[in-house]
Amino acid sequence: MSEQTAGQTTRPNPSQLAAQGVGRPPAPAPETITGAQSLIRSLEHAGVEEIFGIPGGAILPAYDPLFDSSIRHILVRHEQGAGHAAQGYAAATGKVGVCMATSGPGATNLVTPLADAYMDSVPVVAITGQVGASMIGTDAFQEADIRGITMPITKHNFLVTDAADIPRVVAEAFYLARTGRPGPVLVDVAKSALQAQTTFTWPTELTLPGYRPVTRPHAKQIREATRAMLEARKPVLYVGGGVIRSGAAKELRTLAELTGMPVVTTLMALGAFPDSHPQHLGMPGMHGTVAAVAALQKSDLLVTLGARFDDRVTGNLDSFAPGAKVIHADIDPAEIGKNRAVDVPIVGDAREIIADLVVSLQAEADAGRTGDYEGWVAFLAGIKQKYPLGYDAPAEGLAPQYVIERLSAIAGPEAVYVSGVGQHQMWAAHFVQYENPRTWINSGGLGTMGFAVPAAMGAKVGRPEATVWAVDGDGCFQMTNQELATCTIEGIPVKIAVINNESLGMVRQWQTLFYEGRYSNTDLQSKRVPDFVKLAEAYGAVGLSCDDPADVDATIAKAMEINDVPVVVDFRVERDAMVWPMVAAGTSNDDIKHARDLAPEFEEDDL
Amino acid sequence: MSTHTLSVLVEDKPGVLARIAGLFSRRGFNIDSLAVGRTEHPGISRMTIVVSVEGLPLEQVTKQLNKLVEVVKIVELETGDAVERQLLLVKVRADASSRSQVLDAVQLFRAKVVDVAPDAVTIQLAGNTGKVNDFLAVVEPFGIRELVQSGVIGIGRGSRSITEKTLRPVPVPVA
Repeated sequence: MSEQTAGQTTRPNPSQLAAQGVGRPPAPAPETITGAQSLIRSLEHAGVEEIFGIPGGAILPAYDPLFDSSIRHILVRHEQGAGHAAQGYAAATGKVGVCMATSGPGATNLVTPLADAYMDSVPVVAITGQVGASMIGTDAFQEADIRGITMPITKHNFLVTDAADIPRVVAEAFYLARTGRPGPVLVDVAKSALQAQTTFTWPTELTLPGYRPVTRPHAKQIREATRAMLEARKPVLYVGGGVIRSGAAKELRTLAELTGMPVVTTLMALGAFPDSHPQHLGMPGMHGTVAAVAALQKSDLLVTLGARFDDRVTGNLDSFAPGAKVIHADIDPAEIGKNRAVDVPIVGDAREIIADLVVSLQAEADAGRTGDYEGWVAFLAGIKQKYPLGYDAPAEGLAPQYVIERLSAIAGPEAVYVSGVGQHQMWAAHFVQYENPRTWINSGGLGTMGFAVPAAMGAKVGRPEATVWAVDGDGCFQMTNQELATCTIEGIPVKIAVINNESLGMVRQWQTLFYEGRYSNTDLQSKRVPDFVKLAEAYGAVGLSCDDPADVDATIAKAMEINDVPVVVDFRVERDAMVWPMVAAGTSNDDIKHARDLAPEFEEDDL
Repeated sequence: MSTHTLSVLVEDKPGVLARIAGLFSRRGFNIDSLAVGRTEHPGISRMTIVVSVEGLPLEQVTKQLNKLVEVVKIVELETGDAVERQLLLVKVRADASSRSQVLDAVQLFRAKVVDVAPDAVTIQLAGNTGKVNDFLAVVEPFGIRELVQSGVIGIGRGSRSITEKTLRPVPVPVA
């Protein structure tokens, strides 16, 4: 198969475009530049302001024009850090995050962040160097087929061997990354293409005959959904990360308040609806609140907005929300009906769908037709009151939940919170009060330990005015903390709360519950090795430590005052704290325990 | 278990076959047969994929395929509304005693002998999967020395074309 026919019909003729003055800076005739210059110029035209990356042999030609570019390149310490930083940047700003690496190991180190971005629909463009075109397929030094490797974990990817293709491919990559269901796109550029002479023309249009994302919902489906919402007696707005990605928080609030329906926000959607709002029941799922889990289980209508019936939300699928009809709104048609049969499918952008539902339901309300959810709302309010999130403070030592509660109270709802994966992630989901979208960034789908430090770095670069707190575990922190060097040197003053229970805590919790307390290989001894305060100091950051509840507020306050360098706080917490509520893996949501061996009682007669 | 025949129009780009094959394997769908070739439109290839679906709905296959940027269109070919063919080349043992019987079978199935050796004949047969399997059952007793089959290709009956409408390029503005 040949590449030659691709997009040829609409690829603009350089001399024509130059004559029209298209391109920046306007050139009278296309000048001859290198592929590397073309790449950097393309990234500038795509609006890139920051790149996280590390140079190496194959990508080296690109780093020369980058030296003179308006783009800020942030030199990270590990390519995985570059990828997660690009994710954090994208999640915090809504813009496309960009990372760059060389061929072979540089590229393969991006695999985890790309897989992560794919699972959580984060718009990221990764640029990698590849060995020269004539060397491809020869097992050359630092050669890896990164296009082949990343096919299952990117929205799309490219291998460029002809320098003339660079502007079009970069333009397509950014368009694909940010439109439709966002996701990662990888552009692998052969060194020979970077070194070749070419001309630069930024395309005025793209031709992607197989890519036509639907953003406008079908009016008939909006009418069907409206009718179902009016007929339901026990509806719930099941809100997923799509609402954050599409920037639909405002519309969601209007919809919720117009209908009075209860709201649950998944792990990916925290902040899409204010935690303080009386209609908010919290997060559903394996570690969801009793009220949110009950709302889904007992519902007669799930109004699913940008969520995907993930197994961590549904538990055992066969017994998930057994009595519910399902409205499923998603920009990705493949999500609709993937896990759960759907009664009213709506393909489109969450913001447009919710806005249309508001218009439709408002018209019904004006005509005197509204839903009757009174008994249902009262039932759930009772459960919410009876089973609030909570924890038992230990007789001695520091409760991890308390640390996070105080962090939330002191740093406030305008701060951005970034977490790793594990117990600390769930506690950060529970005990930070989220009021705004894009203030909670975590690795939901892939569950990547080590996500927090580099993602927080990226978030802080994207939103330098915001306070960015990483809530990390001692296990996670040791996977990627080399980026503290980047943060110090590049002036990215993130704050990191290490919830140090000297364990792989979530695994340990499962060992407690399901393996008779046989703690095989979960004891990290992180209160002994390493010394996190010294480690922070070695990286030019401020290191603080706290193991007494009485000192928590003062320690956080001190960390809040330091804004010129990164701060690491070693919160030395007790190790036996567990995450509750919990639905054991593979079991029914009906079997939720709100504390060990304690199942909530639902007074269904009240319904 | 049910089988379906999908006609998939794809952009003729490097790696597109790997993308499609990889998608089937990682989403747990089985490809029974796959054939690919050019179409009347430059830059567009057509794949005919026969897929076995067990438990998972065919809809998931087509939706996931549609998400591939280089997949332009997917049409399911319904048996009865489409002509489906595959090509068989089979080397059958045939010495002086059995050759005439083998050649009878060739006649009967309107197959064709394309090569002859003292103790074997190589036969070409084009037909739908059922015909190919029937022929193989007939010649099997003589001894099959070697066998190769192409994937199934298919085309809808009537004058309509699946490539007409969808291939008009829809340019998208660059932000």
